[in-house]
Amino acid sequence: MSTTEIGSPGTTPDSAEFLAAQASPEFARLRRTLYRFIFPMTAFFLIWYATYVLLGAFAHDFMGTKVWGNLNVGLLLGLLQFVTTFGITGLYVRFADRTLDPQAEIVREHFADGTYAAAAGKVQR
Amino acid sequence: MTTIHLASSVGNPTANIAIFLAFVIITLTVVIKVSGNNKSASQFFTGGSSFSGPQNGIAIAGDYLSAASFLGIAGAIAVYGYDGFLYSIGFLVAWLVALLLVAELLRNTGRFTMADVLSFRLKQRPVRTAAAISTLTVSLFYLLAQMAGAGGLVALLLDIEGRTGQSIVIAVVGILMIVYVLIGGMKGTTWVQIIKACLLITGAAVMTLMVLGKVGLNVSDLFGRAQDAISGSADEAVASRDVLAPGAKYGKDTTTKMDFLSLALALVLGTAGLPHVLMRFYTVPTAKEARRSVVWSIGLIGAFYLFTLILGYGAAAFVGPDKILSAAGGENAAAPLLALELGGTVLLGIISAVAFATILAVVAGLAITASASFAHDIYASVIKRNQCSEEDQVRVSRYTVVVLGILGIVLGILANGQNIAFLVALAFAVAASANLPTILYSLFWRRFNTRGALWSMYGGLTATIVLIVFSPAVSGRASSMIPGADFAWFPLANPGLVSIPLAFVLGIVGTLTSRDTGSPEKNAEMEVRSLTGVGAAGAVAH
Repeated sequence: MSTTEIGSPGTTPDSAEFLAAQASPEFARLRRTLYRFIFPMTAFFLIWYATYVLLGAFAHDFMGTKVWGNLNVGLLLGLLQFVTTFGITGLYVRFADRTLDPQAEIVREHFADGTYAAAAGKVQR
Repeated sequence: MTTIHLASSVGNPTANIAIFLAFVIITLTVVIKVSGNNKSASQFFTGGSSFSGPQNGIAIAGDYLSAASFLGIAGAIAVYGYDGFLYSIGFLVAWLVALLLVAELLRNTGRFTMADVLSFRLKQRPVRTAAAISTLTVSLFYLLAQMAGAGGLVALLLDIEGRTGQSIVIAVVGILMIVYVLIGGMKGTTWVQIIKACLLITGAAVMTLMVLGKVGLNVSDLFGRAQDAISGSADEAVASRDVLAPGAKYGKDTTTKMDFLSLALALVLGTAGLPHVLMRFYTVPTAKEARRSVVWSIGLIGAFYLFTLILGYGAAAFVGPDKILSAAGGENAAAPLLALELGGTVLLGIISAVAFATILAVVAGLAITASASFAHDIYASVIKRNQCSEEDQVRVSRYTVVVLGILGIVLGILANGQNIAFLVALAFAVAASANLPTILYSLFWRRFNTRGALWSMYGGLTATIVLIVFSPAVSGRASSMIPGADFAWFPLANPGLVSIPLAFVLGIVGTLTSRDTGSPEKNAEMEVRSLTGVGAAGAVAH
């Protein structure tokens, strides 16, 4: 892991560059990619958790239905919550590493090579 | 089932104390070794952002797996069964909110505290003040829970029945916390959490294997034995419980069901608003490391809650509900009693020392968060208007730690005996109401403005506190904080079901009724920074 990060003091972009970056197509694409993953996924796990909690509150008999030995629907659904949590974590990490990071890298490169400074109408450094 | 029986069954208090002292000495040595230079604010508050993702992930697990998780959840499962398990699921699923919506964006935008992010494109002073007040409130509630837990634990392990003796131990925990934070800063505190997380998770894993060994790896058999033990209780109310299905604790009537929904909401939305968890994301150098931190913590926390499921049912089956409920410390005693049953005095000593260490590490994490918020947000930004040196911030922060420690001791003594999982749930309700809406709006809603933030934070905070004060948790029941009085008009013990939606709505209404549309430059800067990490403060050389 490197300790020299972008944005060390002295290279902080000014607000015109940030505006230019925000308006750029590659940034719009990054934002769209991120939102298209995180919002549906959040909706999914919240609804799944809410369903589970509502069943736990109002459907005791259903949750108490034996499935195998003393293992019942409630315990099974509870364990499934663990499975989906681990699963979503894995999916997100794969998505972020493969899709998100390269797109963010493009934007960072354009900061570094002066693309946004030029777009903001400044003399290239 | 009297205290006489108990006194002979708590193992050897001297051994318990010795093992705990060994932990204190080892961790203090580590803290002194790693702390080195704590003069600069970034060293003191974030350990110079030099931790790796896995290290921070373990530390987060150490911070998060508080006494409530270990003692409270295992105890609740042992006595109420399934309803205790529901606690742990909320605590775990909540991490997805942190992973998907908060961790990386927050790491990219802020430096030391939650308020750094909230005030990024809003009016600095009012927003910082509000964020700091809510940080201090959440930290205090959480601290209270941990301190109260220390009292119960001592009652069980050292056989100290009197209030005075327990109060002295709570004071010792508070003083040790102050020492750790003053010497170690964030770096030392983080190492204490890493050591403690490893001990706690290993301890729980070993006990889980022992329980599974006793039932020949047949989990269904374990569930059956737990139910049999509960059904054989001398207490009829306990004996009638179905501990394998939901409802034993919250299934009685509509009010208890609503209470349960309220709790579930607070748990799942609270985590990503806990200031001491958020601050941990600043101890890593990049957003990618923040992501790895969360992955590690989800793995460890998830595994740990699966262990507590087995331990809780194991305690019901092998210790029995009557013995647990008659023990000093009540249901919180389930896990230590199970350790005694499984491995005798030595295992009990180790597990209790780990539980103590847990309390100590968590309170240290809380203290550094709260003091950083006071020094960085209130003192430096609001009072001194950014006209003070970093050394000054660190100095003020150190004073704050001392004040907080004393406050925690006093309140912890007052709250001694309350169910700690429940107290933590209240901290989550405050975090979910006062913090999370503003965090999400400021990260994802461009139109969001200062009035929206203030209404949401103060509104959420006030609603939560007022509803708690007038809830059955504080008065009106035998189990209340003030059992002698009755001024409860709000029926639910957990206010989340009302206060969380209210805070979200207040954020929208406040924003839309104000003409302030913010500065496009600041909005652009925050959005670009949060998504790309451009301009974020990285690791500092050390």
